[in-house]
Amino acid sequence: MKRKNHNNRQVELPNFCHLGVSLRIALTVEAALVAGVVARVPDAPAFWTEFIALSALAQPALLLTLLALCAAGRWLRSQPYRLGVGATLVLGMAVPVLATLWMGPLLAGSVQIPLGGVSLFALLIGAGLLAYFNLRARALSPAITEARLQALQARIRPHFLFNSLNAVLSLVRSDPRRAEHALENMADLFRALMGNASQLAPLEDEVALTRAYLELEQLRLGDRLQVAWHIKKMPGDALIPPLVIQPLVENAVYHGIEPQPGGGEISLNIYRSADKVHIVVRNPIATDPGHHKGNRIALANIRERLLLHFDLDAQLKLEPLGAVYQVHIVIPYTRERTQPSAARPHRR
Amino acid sequence: MNAPNPPLRVLIVDDEAPARLRLRDVLADCSAELPVDIVGEAENGLDALNQVQQQPVDAVLLDIRMPGMDGLECAAHLNRMTAPPAIIFSTAYDAYACQAFDLNAVDYLLKPVRVDRLVRALSRAHRLNSVALDQLREAHPKARTHLSVNEKGRIVLIPVEDILYLKAELKYVTVCTAAREFLIEESLTRLESEFGEAFLRIHRNCLVASARIREIGKLPGEDDGHFLRLDGLEERLMVSRRQYSALRDKLKSL
Repeated sequence: MKRKNHNNRQVELPNFCHLGVSLRIALTVEAALVAGVVARVPDAPAFWTEFIALSALAQPALLLTLLALCAAGRWLRSQPYRLGVGATLVLGMAVPVLATLWMGPLLAGSVQIPLGGVSLFALLIGAGLLAYFNLRARALSPAITEARLQALQARIRPHFLFNSLNAVLSLVRSDPRRAEHALENMADLFRALMGNASQLAPLEDEVALTRAYLELEQLRLGDRLQVAWHIKKMPGDALIPPLVIQPLVENAVYHGIEPQPGGGEISLNIYRSADKVHIVVRNPIATDPGHHKGNRIALANIRERLLLHFDLDAQLKLEPLGAVYQVHIVIPYTRERTQPSAARPHRR
Repeated sequence: MNAPNPPLRVLIVDDEAPARLRLRDVLADCSAELPVDIVGEAENGLDALNQVQQQPVDAVLLDIRMPGMDGLECAAHLNRMTAPPAIIFSTAYDAYACQAFDLNAVDYLLKPVRVDRLVRALSRAHRLNSVALDQLREAHPKARTHLSVNEKGRIVLIPVEDILYLKAELKYVTVCTAAREFLIEESLTRLESEFGEAFLRIHRNCLVASARIREIGKLPGEDDGHFLRLDGLEERLMVSRRQYSALRDKLKSL
């Protein structure tokens, strides 16, 4: 039900407060300014005089417009699409025009700026950008995004699956309770792996999943795998794409722990700082030379999924710190808004 | 029928304790069909080599993926023994290795192991053909952690990080470490491709450990020859004119 609504959703206005959106608007306006000046002036020195004079007005106007769009964003998006587009265009024209009226006298003499020109420039750029955002929203329409997300869905390494099954089998006779618990963990893990990758899920669910995964690995690796959790300041209700932390930790085990005879420690540090959620996973760098391939694929996969969900507001950084390899993810802190998710299976 | 046969002496090698336990259970299950005496367990290749030399072993159940010395390298060293044990590889999942095993008729088990598969593998266990082993290692190119020689029936392991240089002499290669020299029956070209950047060629017949290079100097006299000195080695090694510029470029990039 929920998913169907999701698919038929109308195209929406972009969220003007998002970094990616503001950046696209700003860059387009700057490019148009440069193009406009180049068309009007004959040579390079004249270009700079003209560009600087025009910028004195255009830059504050652009900034004010972006602020106004962000402030009005929620209201604009709550209107029907056509009305929202109209209101956005009016706002996008009104702010620069008002800025010109206000600042024009201050800049008097340097360049003559006709109000009509400002409104026409703002209208054309605004219409062009809205058309672009409309096309982009369609290209990233839920159906297509969902298909891409499903294709990108993390897959478990077969090596891990069979070794875990083998470990569980070894426990069936000697320690049936641990075997049961291990199978429960495997069930949770596979449910998540086969689940819907396109919907955000609470961080605490992902952490529970990662714990289940690590318990299975600890079964096989014993003392070789040490885990340090630093999640006291974790916002459990933050929404993140599913299967972002678990594959990172799987990588950490596969590349940092398994190749070392003595094993090592993986540390997970999850916290909120202002309106961002930080996820930091560290593992020792293996000294084994024949063992460093395949890492990039999982990371590229996670990076693309973060991009699809959060555009430029999320980051994934790789930081080799001496003998330690660190992956640092930053995503915006968002919470479930209205509907409580009744459909999601309960996880321990 | 097979009552007079003594039990088969088996060594279990796997880095994961549950996997070793599981093999013990399955071996116990098949004791009626095939009497087996588990002589020990090892958690890596080095440990396995050690144990095989302490006591007679008929067959080794050898995991492929292990930290440190892996199963394929361990098998290569075991095969230097005068009477090597039979080797049965085990792996949880390894598409390439299994393909290579099938091609070379090498015994292997897929984990989790089934009783009937284990009985079949053990009852026809035989020593590993060295040609087949070479082909397996080519399918799984990974540099060895040790070189090995058979000295009076014992396997002597030479850690690769202890090696100063390798010098080809007629049919043999001399392996020089700070402590002593060994003769091994391998080709210098193959050693060069196996170890890549770790050893650099300074002469048609000589590879040196790149981490040990201390200095390169010019020989006195009008001849434009060069010599090279290694940490922990008194003697100077000659650098051939052909290799000198390539060597200099490689050292710069390292």
